[in-house]
Amino acid sequence: MGYGVFICHCGQNIAGTIDIEKLVRKVSGIRGVTHVEDYIFMCSDPGQERIKKAIKEKNLEGIVVAACSPSLHEETFRKAAESVGLNPYLVEIANIREWSAWPHQAEPEEATMKAFKIIESTVEKLNGDKPLEPLRLEVVRRVMVIGGGIAGIQAALDVAEAGIEVILVERSPSIGGRMAQLSETFPTLDCPQCILTPKMTSVAHHPLVKLLAYSEVEEVSGSAGNFKVKVRRKPTYVDWNKCVGCGLCMEACPVELPSEFEMGLAHRKAIYIQFPQAVPNKAVIDSENCIRMKYGRGCGLCAQKCPANAITFEDNGKAEEYDVGAIIVATGLEVMDKANFAEYGAGELKDVLTGLEFERMLAPSGPTGGKVVRPSDGRVPKEVVFIQCVGSRDPENWNPYCSKICCMYTAKQALLYKHAVPGGQAYIFYIDIRADGKGYEEFIHRAMAEEGVIYLRGRVGRVYQEGDKLRVEGVDTISGLKIVIDADMVVLATAAVPSSGVEELAKKLRIQLGEGGWLKEAHLKLRPLETLTSGVFIAGAAQYPKDITDTVSQASGAAAKAVAFLSKGYVVREPLIAVVNEDICSGCGNCEEACSYQAIKVVDGKANVDESLCEGCGSCTAACPSGAVQLKNYDKRQIIKMVESIVG
Amino acid sequence: MVYAYYPGCTLKTHAKGFELSAMASLEKLGVKYRELEKWTCCGTVYSLASDDAMRQVAQVRILTRAESAGYRRMLTLCSMCYNTLKRANMLVRSDPERLETINMFMDDEPDYKGSVEVKHLLEVLRDEVTFDKIRSMVSKPLRGLRISAYYGCLLLRPKTVSIDSSINPHVMEDLLSSLGAEPIDSPEKAKCCGAYLTVNRKDLVAGFAYEILSAARRRGAELVVTSCPLCFFNLDRRQEEVSRMYEDYKPIPILYVTQLLALALGIRDVYMFNLHYVDPTSLLKSKGLL
Amino acid sequence: MQLVIWRSKIHSPEVEKIIELSGQNVYSCYQCGMCTASCPSTGNMDIPPNMIVRLIQIGMIGKVLDSRSIWVCTSCFTCFAECPKGIDIASLTEALRLYHLRRNIDHLNLSSIPHGELLELPVIAMVGALRKFTA
Ligand SMILES: Cc1cc2nc3c(=O)[nH]c(=O)nc-3n(C[C@H](O)[C@H](O)[C@H](O)COP(=O)(O)OP(=O)(O)OC[C@H]3O[C@@H](n4cnc5c(N)ncnc54)[C@H](O)[C@@H]3O)c2cc1C
Repeated sequence: MGYGVFICHCGQNIAGTIDIEKLVRKVSGIRGVTHVEDYIFMCSDPGQERIKKAIKEKNLEGIVVAACSPSLHEETFRKAAESVGLNPYLVEIANIREWSAWPHQAEPEEATMKAFKIIESTVEKLNGDKPLEPLRLEVVRRVMVIGGGIAGIQAALDVAEAGIEVILVERSPSIGGRMAQLSETFPTLDCPQCILTPKMTSVAHHPLVKLLAYSEVEEVSGSAGNFKVKVRRKPTYVDWNKCVGCGLCMEACPVELPSEFEMGLAHRKAIYIQFPQAVPNKAVIDSENCIRMKYGRGCGLCAQKCPANAITFEDNGKAEEYDVGAIIVATGLEVMDKANFAEYGAGELKDVLTGLEFERMLAPSGPTGGKVVRPSDGRVPKEVVFIQCVGSRDPENWNPYCSKICCMYTAKQALLYKHAVPGGQAYIFYIDIRADGKGYEEFIHRAMAEEGVIYLRGRVGRVYQEGDKLRVEGVDTISGLKIVIDADMVVLATAAVPSSGVEELAKKLRIQLGEGGWLKEAHLKLRPLETLTSGVFIAGAAQYPKDITDTVSQASGAAAKAVAFLSKGYVVREPLIAVVNEDICSGCGNCEEACSYQAIKVVDGKANVDESLCEGCGSCTAACPSGAVQLKNYDKRQIIKMVESIVG
Repeated sequence: MVYAYYPGCTLKTHAKGFELSAMASLEKLGVKYRELEKWTCCGTVYSLASDDAMRQVAQVRILTRAESAGYRRMLTLCSMCYNTLKRANMLVRSDPERLETINMFMDDEPDYKGSVEVKHLLEVLRDEVTFDKIRSMVSKPLRGLRISAYYGCLLLRPKTVSIDSSINPHVMEDLLSSLGAEPIDSPEKAKCCGAYLTVNRKDLVAGFAYEILSAARRRGAELVVTSCPLCFFNLDRRQEEVSRMYEDYKPIPILYVTQLLALALGIRDVYMFNLHYVDPTSLLKSKGLL
Repeated sequence: MQLVIWRSKIHSPEVEKIIELSGQNVYSCYQCGMCTASCPSTGNMDIPPNMIVRLIQIGMIGKVLDSRSIWVCTSCFTCFAECPKGIDIASLTEALRLYHLRRNIDHLNLSSIPHGELLELPVIAMVGALRKFTA
């Protein structure tokens, strides 16, 4: 009978600051507590055994484990309790590590007192807890993957190979993402055409994959296991059932525009196929720039040339709805625009390129056919300066984080430049070389020792035009010298940033963005592929910049997670959700407005909770003027008791 | 609203032509100002020591005098005055304790409450008068005059007091374009002129002047404008040393940006070109501006 | 060359004083060198700006206090504008100068400058130099 309290030392993490003996003594005095026990690692097997034993022997009615954050081990202890017949919702965690031991290392006495208060108030909560049963809901065995870069492609293939249907949504006309734009890839120097294109084709042709190119997610409702996703198929003005991708339309079109795929280094037409290896290999019309579309008449040369009669100029955009059980977000990354950097010419110096622009220039299929030439005058650059960390590791002006991929791709680009221009000299300004992958350090060594790339440790202060050269004023902090180079070309490794529009997408999916706008994981270390919204997983560079190796591993991981999630056939949801006391509810609708999950609605004058949607966030309980909505086991009365025990 | 005009020491002596041309232009453009009574030295350099309340008294005294005379805005011309007054103002506005200490120091003045806004002339021209209006009032466009604008440091840095981008500003270029001139961009435009090192390290200052002016010249400028009397002195007067150091050096005239403004507005007799070391008159005559 | 360091050398009273006077957290510097790369006076310095910060980090304050660099820094704030960590090195060099000036050790002696030259100088140059270089 009564409650048990189990105090964890967490090695020295808790015991190093908090006086455990004293804490045990004080906790024993709390009303209702009949058993107190401490142990070096409660989460370990012997620790859990102790808990189980005490529950059985003392017939405990509920327990508090005073340890670390519930996000780490709540589930562990709940499972342990359940195995000996205690309802898991009568297990509470008192977080005395993050809340007391760690922040108050310098004041152990106060820390001990605070830990006691935390435990005391948690016992108060336990007093009001009721045994609950988890909710069980059927799932739809279908996965949506958003983003068709290498991450999305890999995830879609893995899910489909497991026998589950996939809807792959890509907003560009073709899948492929950044990787399709690359020249060759570090550290193996494989060309994307050789290793990516086959994957693009197999995903598009997989019988279980439905590819929705040139499409965007418009609306998401439902919850884990039962999402309803509205997808907008953007108008292509070309009948893709007929289009064979011959490209005659592009030849005929007279309108030239900077090509997004070629990073503005080449033109595309107003009707275009994104790139020669595009999948699907279909044309779309850029309606804002097409003469016929703009003026409603005229031109139409493309339609005259099209042998398949595919060009209709008709708005064939539409909305489609899909039921899916799980969603994988793989929206990837972009790089910062060089116009942001006044110190490097603010985008106005023609021979200053971004890394991604330089990739296109190095690509054999790129705008220059793989020749390295200056955009300003077509000359072959003999001195090329690469600058790393442009906009990265710069909390004062841009992004505090390291973009992670630039050290390696810059080394690659310098090396490929040397191959393209044998007599040329490449210089790399860097702050630290981060080559933490298999074969990476060796790759850097190759660039330095075998290819003669000169590494200069430091940043560049200015780049400006001096005659037909670009004067680069930098520093080498190792020699302690300011370094001046009259370069022919400068390549900026501008910071990787999340894909545009990911913010709106995250809102629709009810997932969170972390620092810098990268998708936030449920737990950085232990649940890196999941979001806090059950059933939504993340893959690839959308989570944080990463190279292809990591992207692919993560994509397969996310796919496995999604498959595992769906393979049970049902989902179990936490029952810690809102309940309405209909006797008090006046049907004012405040809760409906407060809810970000559309989980509570006023029906026939009373608020009604959809158990499949409610996330248990509690916004409705705060908005309710009469206290009619409460969270199970987070009842207002419980909370007040907890507060009283802390301040009283 | 009327501006309290704070001239500062050098505007009354070395930079008389700056003051006269600026004031005449403002009158023509309809900006109301009155010279602050009983103004004192601004201290010229803002103290960077965290414990140095004494060195902010001079600026706060000026601000409180403006405040108690009923002004809400103060107009400055000299970059150094602008910088010290603006920074001191920002400091005391964000640090009430510091303000109280300084108010206590100045027992003969009313307490400063922080209600005065410090503005630089270029900000007033850009944001209040607007360059469009100036363009419409130009009677003698500076057509064909290739000018490099030189900003120096204190209008631009630290970032918190900058009137424009602290690395790549363009406010003067925009003004010059509205006057019909052809602005010439130079990578040296926001570089330091050597400032007060001109007292004890003429050699270094001449080195700076050489780099700044030859970069402008190489890009085709015939004339360099500035809006700071110390920059002016270092770029203009130190060309004597520059010529001594570099044999083939060709001097280039330096003007205050307001002298060109006044010229374009058709104002006469406010120039004091006799105070310039490198005489700009023959260039201006050749362009039909004098 | 070797340098022996220990706790109280790294955090010597002089170091602490300079940090306090300047109000700058030198320990956030990761030595990217942006200050030196953008400083217009690097060429005239014996110790470049990034190295000034570095030497303070490892307690070599004497070397910094004796350097020529602190007297050629013009407080142009280019380093501060560019520093990715927001360190105002101009405030650091000011603190280093004040270390001498507050001991009544002037850097500038006006009598060594020809009278004619002094007369030519604008007031702001004189006041500025006196404030920066004398007690
Ligand atoms: C200059 C440069 C060079 C590189 N070189 C190498 C290298 O040599 N080796 C290496 O291993 N890695 C390299 N990388 C890294 C590599 O590009 C990434 O690891 C990889 O592209 C990440 O794949 P991803 O699928 O996560 O994202 P992405 O490739 O960015 O793909 C994301 C996809 O999602 C789509 N999308 C975005 N938002 C939406 C939305 N809202 N709805 C629908 N679709 C959306 C995009 O259109 C895109 O197709 C380089 C990166 C850069 C910038």
